[in-house]
Amino acid sequence: MGDVASQSHDELTEMARLCRIDILRMTHEAKSGHPGGSLSAIDAMVALYGTDFRFDTSNPDWPDRDRFIMSKGHASPAMYSLLHQMGVLDVEDILGFRTLGSACQGHVDMVWTKGVDFSAGSLGMGLSFGLGCSIAAKMDSSERRIWVMLGDGETQEGQVWEAAMASSYHNASNLRVIVDRNRIQNDDFMAVQMEVGDIGEKFASFGWNVLEVDGHNISELIEAINWANQNESAPSAIIAHTIKGKGVSFMEDNPSFHGKAPNDEELKIALEELS
Amino acid sequence: MSAPSEGGASRDGYGRGLLRLAKDERVVVLEADLGKSTKSCHFREGFPERTVSIGIAEQNMMLVAAGLASSGKIPFASTFAIFTERAFEQVRNGIARPGLSVHICGSHGGIHTGSDGSSAQSIEDLGIYRSIPKMTILHPCDDFSAEELTVKLLNNEGPSYMRTARNKTSRIYDGDSARNLEIGKGSTIIEGRDVAIISCGVMVERSIEAARILEDEGIACSVIDMHTIKPLDLELLTDLAEKCGCLVTAEDHSVIGGLGSAVSEWTAKNKPIPVEMVGVNDRFGESGGTSELMTMMGLDAISICSAVRKCINRKNMQ
Repeated sequence: MGDVASQSHDELTEMARLCRIDILRMTHEAKSGHPGGSLSAIDAMVALYGTDFRFDTSNPDWPDRDRFIMSKGHASPAMYSLLHQMGVLDVEDILGFRTLGSACQGHVDMVWTKGVDFSAGSLGMGLSFGLGCSIAAKMDSSERRIWVMLGDGETQEGQVWEAAMASSYHNASNLRVIVDRNRIQNDDFMAVQMEVGDIGEKFASFGWNVLEVDGHNISELIEAINWANQNESAPSAIIAHTIKGKGVSFMEDNPSFHGKAPNDEELKIALEELS
Repeated sequence: MSAPSEGGASRDGYGRGLLRLAKDERVVVLEADLGKSTKSCHFREGFPERTVSIGIAEQNMMLVAAGLASSGKIPFASTFAIFTERAFEQVRNGIARPGLSVHICGSHGGIHTGSDGSSAQSIEDLGIYRSIPKMTILHPCDDFSAEELTVKLLNNEGPSYMRTARNKTSRIYDGDSARNLEIGKGSTIIEGRDVAIISCGVMVERSIEAARILEDEGIACSVIDMHTIKPLDLELLTDLAEKCGCLVTAEDHSVIGGLGSAVSEWTAKNKPIPVEMVGVNDRFGESGGTSELMTMMGLDAISICSAVRKCINRKNMQ
């Protein structure tokens, strides 16, 4: 992703701030959507596209691009904000979020949006899809890398572990996962709903390389991404410890903003905090 | 690796079809520990580098296939028909919604599967996949037609589901006649003007048997191999409805959702003529020999004959 990759740490931090503003504006405009998990995931996504991730903004369908599979598809505002900040989507697209005919569907959709590699919306499927992309890349002797963004609540789906097992068995060394470990799911904290325990340890037990990082520290994230790219002995999982709703005081660590848009007053306060 | 079963079962045709497709480097085969049964094992033997073993994890298999398809491969994924159903939502959301050309084969479909019992006898697969937009649904009647239709899936855009049968059936086609088959075009086996028996899968041979019995009674039946349940051959249906004036459907599947439903949905709206459905009447099967089970469940020539007589009576009373 040439354009983003050449940017400095400060520029990426600024980009993440602009993405957060987009996330809030589009969910406010739509009066629906999932700001909490978008705000927790966005720093890792900006960091990824800020490394040597292969993506051409003028040709998002380039067959040999690296893949980014947003398995937690409800955090679509994060994906759209990033594509907007990179110039793939325009402001009308993102403000049309969730409206009839919009390029920005409620959940990320590869049919509707340029630059989206997976049609998500049902949790637990993205890692399997990523494994399919990984196997295809190896069959083609292509160097493309496959990145999958998982939610931590999503790891309650058994299919995630079917895919983790198969990725190791098939030596999917070009496959990487980032887990957005914000500890909150739809209804409440995971500790209340269904705590999954040490996610990193679980991936490690399936033969994955695992690294735990602060999911809001751009430098740490970039180091982790580079570590994964340099450690191709096995598939890699980066457990990004995050705060749901990060960047907006009243949304932080607040389960009620998993799937609720900010109202007029809340948007005003949030934008002031991000200014 | 077990020896391949002798010809005649549609699953054998699927296995041979995959081998014919192997020259296309885009073709990839996925297995969920049942390659010996679905007959993808022959492809695996010849082309291990293009065979992906997923283990007993059907949900994962469907999305791995989707990822391969999104990367330019043409995946053929098979397991038992009943176990594809475990991954219904994966097929719906992960494959069909983005319109990916993943070709799913469910073998051992229907009551015909026999002694494994009701847990293995998929009687709803055609119905549930038929309800998904963009999917092509196939249920060939013998090995030659299964082979040919498998080969023709290569250039069929979008996702598909093909049901094959475990056990041998009489061959309806030979290698030459099967080559004329086209996805979406029903095949006329017998022509007659009194009634059309529209059948699929293992019920085609039973429909032919019924037509022979009825011929002795002076009833001339058309028998159609409707190997493609979706898209349904509406041109042929229109011709049959106009020519015969009544239709009987025959399938080794629930009468809810499958071929009979598809035909009835069309006639109700377009040609309100008598339709009788032979199929599984909203119940589960049980263990038993194929022949005795099929008879017990009303899936035999005798049941088709009864349905035909009833259908013609209804037509005559109109």
